[in-house]
This record gives sequence, structure tokens and C-alpha cells, in this order.
Amino acid sequence: MRSLGGYLKAIVTVTLKPSILDPQGEAVLHAIQGMGGKEVKSVRIGKHIELEIQGGDEKTLKKKLEQISGELLSNPVMENFHLDLRAGG
Amino acid sequence: MKPKDFALSLGLTDEEYGRIEKGLGREPNENELGMFSVMWSEHCSYKNTRRELRKFPTTGPAVLVKAGEENAGVVDAGDGLALAFKIESHNHPSAVEPFQGAATGVGGILRDIFTMGARPVAFMDSLRFGRPEAKGEAGKRTRSLIKGVVEGISHYGNCVGVPTIGGELVLDSAYEGNPLVNVFCLGTLRHDQIRRGAAKGVGNPVFYVGAKTGRDGLAGAAFASRDLTEESKADRPAVQVGDPFVGKLLFEACLELYARPDLVVGVQDMGAAGLTCSTCETASRGGSGIEIELDQVPQRETGMTPYETLLSESQERMLIIVHKGREKELKEIFSRWGLDAAEIGQVTETGRVVVKQSGKVVADVPARLLADDAPVYEREAKVPAKLVERQKLDLKKILPTKPKLKEDLLKIANSPATGSRRWVWNQYDHMVGLRTVVRPGGDAAVLRIEKPGGGWVRVAMTLDGNGRWCVQDPREGSKALVAEACRNLACAGAVPLGLTDNLNYGNPHDPEIFWQLREGVEGMAEACRAFDLPVTGGNVSLYNQSPAGPIHPTPVVGVVGKVEEGVKLVPGVFGAGGGVILLLGKSESGGLGASLYLQEVHGLIAGKPATADLELEKKLHRLMRSVLRESGIRAVHDVGEGGILWALAEMTFGSESAGAEADLPLGSGGRAEEALFGEGGGRILLEVEEATVANIERLAKEAGVGCRTIGKTGGNMLRVKCGGEEGCWMVKELREMFEGSLPRALES
Amino acid sequence: MRFAVVQFPGSNCDQDCVHALRVLGQEPRIVWHQETTIHPDEGVILPGGFSYGDYLRCGAIARFSPIMQAVKAAAERGQVVVGICNGFQILCEAGLLPGALTRNEGLHFRCETSYLRVENPASRFTSHYITGQTLRIPIAHGEGCYRAESAVLQALEANQQILFRYCDAEGRVTREANPNGSSLNIAGIRNLRGNVLGMMPHPERCCEAEMGGTDGRGILLGAAGVGRPI
Repeated sequence: MRSLGGYLKAIVTVTLKPSILDPQGEAVLHAIQGMGGKEVKSVRIGKHIELEIQGGDEKTLKKKLEQISGELLSNPVMENFHLDLRAGG
Repeated sequence: MKPKDFALSLGLTDEEYGRIEKGLGREPNENELGMFSVMWSEHCSYKNTRRELRKFPTTGPAVLVKAGEENAGVVDAGDGLALAFKIESHNHPSAVEPFQGAATGVGGILRDIFTMGARPVAFMDSLRFGRPEAKGEAGKRTRSLIKGVVEGISHYGNCVGVPTIGGELVLDSAYEGNPLVNVFCLGTLRHDQIRRGAAKGVGNPVFYVGAKTGRDGLAGAAFASRDLTEESKADRPAVQVGDPFVGKLLFEACLELYARPDLVVGVQDMGAAGLTCSTCETASRGGSGIEIELDQVPQRETGMTPYETLLSESQERMLIIVHKGREKELKEIFSRWGLDAAEIGQVTETGRVVVKQSGKVVADVPARLLADDAPVYEREAKVPAKLVERQKLDLKKILPTKPKLKEDLLKIANSPATGSRRWVWNQYDHMVGLRTVVRPGGDAAVLRIEKPGGGWVRVAMTLDGNGRWCVQDPREGSKALVAEACRNLACAGAVPLGLTDNLNYGNPHDPEIFWQLREGVEGMAEACRAFDLPVTGGNVSLYNQSPAGPIHPTPVVGVVGKVEEGVKLVPGVFGAGGGVILLLGKSESGGLGASLYLQEVHGLIAGKPATADLELEKKLHRLMRSVLRESGIRAVHDVGEGGILWALAEMTFGSESAGAEADLPLGSGGRAEEALFGEGGGRILLEVEEATVANIERLAKEAGVGCRTIGKTGGNMLRVKCGGEEGCWMVKELREMFEGSLPRALES
Repeated sequence: MRFAVVQFPGSNCDQDCVHALRVLGQEPRIVWHQETTIHPDEGVILPGGFSYGDYLRCGAIARFSPIMQAVKAAAERGQVVVGICNGFQILCEAGLLPGALTRNEGLHFRCETSYLRVENPASRFTSHYITGQTLRIPIAHGEGCYRAESAVLQALEANQQILFRYCDAEGRVTREANPNGSSLNIAGIRNLRGNVLGMMPHPERCCEAEMGGTDGRGILLGAAGVGRPI
């Protein structure tokens, strides 16, 4: 991937594994339905994490970021993560 | 898979399978085997320990609900007030996922208490981990466990609005592979509000209330009955997620339901083995049967099989049986609180738990066979081969020729093992509820509880354990433990009413470990009988071992007592100086066997803990309670880990505290270290006003308990003399070490 | 004075507020969040706790409860409204007070006694104290860090809307004395009109000596319109 000025941006989206209870999502769902949003049937809440990266080569970076995502940014016991690496700038 | 093979894969034995087949009169199906595998697991059935647990004294004039009858024991506190309390463990789940493991532990014990009809009013927790200051991966993991567990307890406890007012945090490498998370809860109720978990009255509707069922913690109970290995870290589906918000709504809704006269027949929480456990236990207690239809069970996932629904450990769910005709009232209450309430079945007279899905029977089992008839095993017990060797203690080979008292105390003060636990309890709301009279940090926590007829009664409680004493001498160690807990209560002027125990041990199939358990139970039973203290219930957690080995045998006791009328509570730290320090009880320190001193200063565990003198303890505690009714008492603290020198040091750690000067008896051992750091019980330190000394001496003499003046308070130093040796320390320096040792170790 | 103590799903300090108000001779009643009536002669208390589990953001869901319409109307009529801890968070989410409460700087929940400096005795809520007086009042929160845009902070100062600041035992407002990182060490503020108070510390927890102190009495008595004893 070409990066502008050597900057990359990684967006890590962390979500709960499908079978794990999401108490926050449940509470927000009830609130939404209470506000008139009866069409909304499910709410699950995750995290959007943005990392700005400078330097390093793409391949090792991807591997490193996957490690960081899997060990720090998400809790592997309960969460999945999706890593999106793109040009920053 | 053939039924028998499936049974074995679930952890049932050949013999157990045979028993099931015989009890059913046919081959069990997959769902039924699942139900048996959890109900007959150690966690649910206590099959390996039942014989031993029967040795506990469980009756007494104050016992309203006995151990083993219901979810929690209940004692009478006088004036129509009753106290329900219990301790439970969540060790294995906390090792895998510390935050949720600890949180759901809190949620679970909370449910056990309000199931009894009591309003939960306090938590305490007993936590054990490895050393946070250890290097490398081990230290990193320990720090992460400590933080995760404390945050989990904080998250759940604070959210449900029940204060966490006491407990212990023990740091010892023996727990490195296997953290211990034991959570205690106490609730209050009137005698006439006691609720039982029995299904009675044919045709009465069975309701499911609370959170929806998902695939949480499948076979969680069976999981707790296997050793923790690398593989079990990958046992992800066995982790449950707690929702403290729903937990809070649930208990408020239940308490509101209970308040309606003649509405509730029986209530049981869904904990380990969820739906299976709650149905068969209530049916068994009621001498009845239950029939349920799984289609009616609120589910948050699609396509759940009967196996999954029956064994799910989704949190925050209760089973409630009401009188026929009163269904609407229950639904109204739960609807107001925003909770699901589904009628899932009814009480029958068949004595069987019959489970249907879409009208078709998917499991049909006699309730008693499931709930009560797990085999009871006689495990082999053998004295550990190396025990006698380990119990030897040759101080001449360990201690330096000349005592290094100054450095020794500094080592202890600097250790996170003895440091202030403020870092922990600052994360717990310990004041919500306006009942906390004595906050965390002292010998015992004290609550004020409103009596049914008006006025207040004060209730004291403490949690205690000592793995080091118990590994060196399981019997004497656990006796001493019970004595210490009662002594802590005496320092708050309280008479012990009941004890709950959490037995944390390794693999019971190992005869040496089973011997530890048997000895521990017998020691505790002896002490309980001496103190007229009934065991009201508790928990057993086995298989606490990892590739690194088993934990120390660690029974943990929670003792609850009533503060006597006229007692004035005093702090555990010195005032501003000008007081006299008295030592009540024994002068002898009991030697350095199994002491913190040997472990922290010399890096070893050796010798035996001092033998508890139960008769003396009783006299001492009685004396203490009357002393606290006198005037001129400024501070009280009992002597425990770290010995009398550390106890004195701790008394100088108040924010306004003065230092102290003391002259301590050398004792028969002849070494100052023994006298100063020995952990023998039966000793309490008092700071009193000069004018009160004669009075206390007189009271002690009448009680047949020793009382000697050992020093006075004042100044900014801690100065101690013993058998020709001396030590002096700046109080400010010691206090800073005490306050900082744990936070620093956690930042490593 | 009569008080309506609002109970949301997850409120924990509602009964504590009722108890404290009774100890002070007032007449509190619990009002369930789904009710819609606040009487014109009532003061309103939004107590501490974890309404809706603090999910999404503290107070974010509670502000949509039916009772909040009546609370807003009461505030507009000039009735006294006191938001304590979670109650303060709900008032900010509802727009009855400016700013927002965010996660403690240290990231941990903190339960301890805090020292507060009384900033402006011209408010009814501080009428029992002297400017500069130091109060000992407990805190118990994980999200107590007060934040607002700089223009808002400037206005709060200019209009003397900051009633309590975190300080040390000697009354010095310092960074070290700030338990959660709140801008300007803000612990409690009033609205421009002066009838709405939001504070993170818990005055209801120090109205009885047995509970560790009585410095909180003045705040609740002030809210009740009880004059300061001479």
C-alpha cells in the first residue's frame, strides 16, 4: 500500500463475540424502544480505535498490529477484532 | 456416541454412569447425562467432601436455617432480626477471565442471599494471588489478575449498591498458578421473612425471572472440577458475563415480591447448572416434582438445544414458585422493574423433573436422584511424605548470630504482603447504604442494622485465612484461624454468631491433599465447638492446582457477630500520644514456626504454627468485650501475622498517630526475633489512658487473663526493647513504606 | 420541606437520601422514574447510584425517563433540584446544568473522604457555610471528572456558579487534592438561576456523626430553605 508522507492509519474495531452477553447493548435497546424505536430489535456495542502509524514496513506492521489488537486492544476471551490498515495523511 | 462414552467424556465415571442407569431404569439420553454431569460434579454435589463436611457443628440456639438446608444459612441477631450470610468461590473462572470471573462471583453470592428473603447489605472478599513484584511473565500475569479481579468486584458490587466493607488480599507465590477469589455477602431480614427454596403445592406455577438465557458458561460447573491447564485457557464458552444492573433490578423486584403476603411458595437462584439445578433442588426439597417447557424459557440466542438451555449459566436469573392464581401480581412487579417473567412450568407430585421442548419430553429424571443422590466418596488420606521434614525448625541455622531487628522490620514494612490494602478498598464503594460504622482497614468491619422494632444493632464481621499455617499443620492452622477470626470480632466487642467457610484445596484424588482437607475440617470443627460457633454453610473449591503444583491448603472463614450493648468502638491505631500500652493475654509469642517473618525475611516456610489455646482465647475475648464497655480505651488491635512488633507498628500508622515505646518479654525461646515476630494467638494490644490501667488490670485478673504494661505512646519513633536487643524506627518512614508497598508492586 | 427523591432503575442512594432528609426533619417521598408528577412545593433530589448500570454514558438513558419532564418543569418554576453523583450526571445529560462528567483521570473508581472548599456562600446551598470553609464529604465515583468548553468554564467562574472545589485538608485548591481531574477542581456547581445544584460528593453520607461526620447537613438544610442558625 502506498502511504502519503509515510503515515498509515489503522482502524481497529472491537466487537463482542456473538454468544457473549452485552449488558450495555441490552440497556440501550430498551431505551431506544422506549423512545419509540420499536423497529430496532438488537443493539450490540463495540469500540472504534484509531492508531496513527509512522515508519516501518507494511508486512511487519500488519503482523505487529494484529498482535497488539489481539492482546491489548481486545480481550480474546470475549471479543473479536477487525483491523483495517490504510493510508493516513 | 454411545451414552456411556458420552458420560465419560463429560467427566462422569463408569460407576456413576451405572448408578444413573439404575436410577432411571433405562439408558439416559444426552440431555439427562448433561444434567447429571453438572449436578454430580464436585462443585454441585460435594461428593468428595460430604463425609468430611458432616463433621462441622451446624446447630445452635441462634441458628434459624441450618447449613445444607437452603442457599445460605440464617442466624438470629435478636429483637426479631435475622442475618443471612455465606461465602463462595469463583477461583477457576477468575483465572481465565479475572474481571468477569470476579464480577459474576459477586453476582452469584448476592443471589444466594436475596434468595433467602434477605436484603443484601454488605460484601467482603478474600483474594489470593502470586507476588505482583515478581519478574517476567509471572509478575505481569499476577498484576493483571489482581487488577482485573479488583475491578470486577468493584464493577459489580458498586453497581448493585451493596458496600464492600472488608476482606483480605494475600500475596504468596503458592497461589501463582491459581488465584483464589472468595466472596462473602450478608443480608438482613425479619424472622418471618425467611424464604425457602422448595417447590410445593401441585399445580402451582413455576416462573423464570430475570435475564434471558444464552450459551454462557456451558458446563461451567464441570469446568470447575478439572485442573487448570493450558487447554482450559481455551475453554472460552465457560466464561459467564455478569450484568450488575439487571442484578440490582432483580433483587429489588424479588424483595418487593416477597413483601406481598402469601404470594411466594419457593424461590431459588439459578447459579451453577442454572435451570437444571434450580428445578431439581426445589423439587427435592419440596418432596415434589416439576415439569417445565423449554419453549417458554426466554432466550437471547436462537437455536439453543435442550442441552444448552438446561445447562446454561447465564447470570441474573431466578426460579420462583407462586401460589396458583397469583401469577398476575408477579408479572406486574417484574414488568415494572423491566425484567422478563415467564411461566415455564408447574409443580407436580411425581417427584420427577420432566423437561419438554415443543411439547415433547427431552429429559425425565427423579429430582432426588439428581439433587441429593450423587455418590459420596471416601477418599484416601495420607500424611504428606515431606511434612515432618518441613515442620522442623532449627533457628540456629536460619537466624544471624546477632539479631538485625532494624532491617528485619524494614523488610516486612516494605513488602507488598503486609502493605496497606487501601488501593483495593478505595475502589469499592464502602459507604453506600449508610450502615457502615467501621470502614475497611481494621480488624473487623462493623455495620449498623435497623431493628424491626426500631433502634439499631451493630453487626461485626471478618474474613480470615492463612495458607502458610495450614500447609505446615492443617489441623492447628485452621484452629488458630477460627480463633483469630473470633479475636478480631472481640476487638469490635462482638459475640460471634455464626461461621461460613470456603475450603480451597488442590486435587482431592491426591491422598496427601485430601489429608490436608480432612485435618483442616477437623481443626475448624474443634475450634467451632469450643466457641459455640455453628457453621451455617459455605463452599468447597477443589482442584486448585496447575502444572506448578497445588495451592497451600487454604480454608477461609467468615465470622459474623453482634456487638454487645454498651460497647464503645475504638480505632485500631494509636491516638496522639500520652497513652499506656497494655498486652492482654499470653506473653509467649508461640515461636516462629510458619511465620510471615521467616517467609519475608529469610525466604522460607518452616516449623509449625503455634498451638491455639482455645480456652484462653474464650476468656480473652470475653474480657475484651467487657473492656470495651469501660472508659479510657483509646485503641485496640490483635496480634497476628508479623507478630507483636508488626502489630505495634500497624498501630502507629493512623494519620494522627503517635509513635510508641515498648519493652517486650524475651520469652522462653531466648531469641528476640521469636519474641517480636512470633505469631501465636491469644494476644491483644490496648492503648488506654493512664488512669484506666488499674481498672483493666483488675478486670483481667478477675477473668484469669494476663495483662501487662509494655510501654507508652508518644513521639514520632517506634522504639522497642527485647531481651537486651533494641530497635528504633521513624514512624513516618514505616508508614510511607506501609502505604506504598502495594501500589509500587502493582506498577512494576 | 417536602422532597421528591427520584428512583431510577439502578439508583442506589435513594433510601440514603430519604434517611438523611428525615434525620434533618424534612419530608421526603420516593418517586419512581415512570411517574410524571412533582408537586409545586417539593424540592427534587436525583440521588447517586448507577441508573441503567451507567451504560452508554452515565445518566444518558435516565434523562429520557418520564419523570424528567416534570423535573425540568420544576426547575423552570424555580423549585430546588439537587443532583448528587449520578444525579449530577443526569442533570448534565438533561441540559439542566452545563458540562459533562467523564471518566476519572486515574481510571479507577474512588471511594474516600474528600475535602471541599466552599466557594460562594451567596447560594442557598452554601448558606450554612463561610467562604473558604473546608468540608469533609465522601466521594464514590468512577466518572466524576467535570469537563466543559472553556467559554462555559469562564462563565461558571464569572457568575460564581462554582460552589464547591476539591481541596486539601488546609483548604488549598491544588492538583494533588483533585481526586478525578475535574477542570478547575470543580466538585459542585449551580445553575445561573441558583435553584439547581449538581455535586459529585455525597452530602447525605455525612449528616450523622456515626457515619463519620456532619459537614453535609448544611447543604441539604440549605436546599430545604432552612436558615442558618445564628
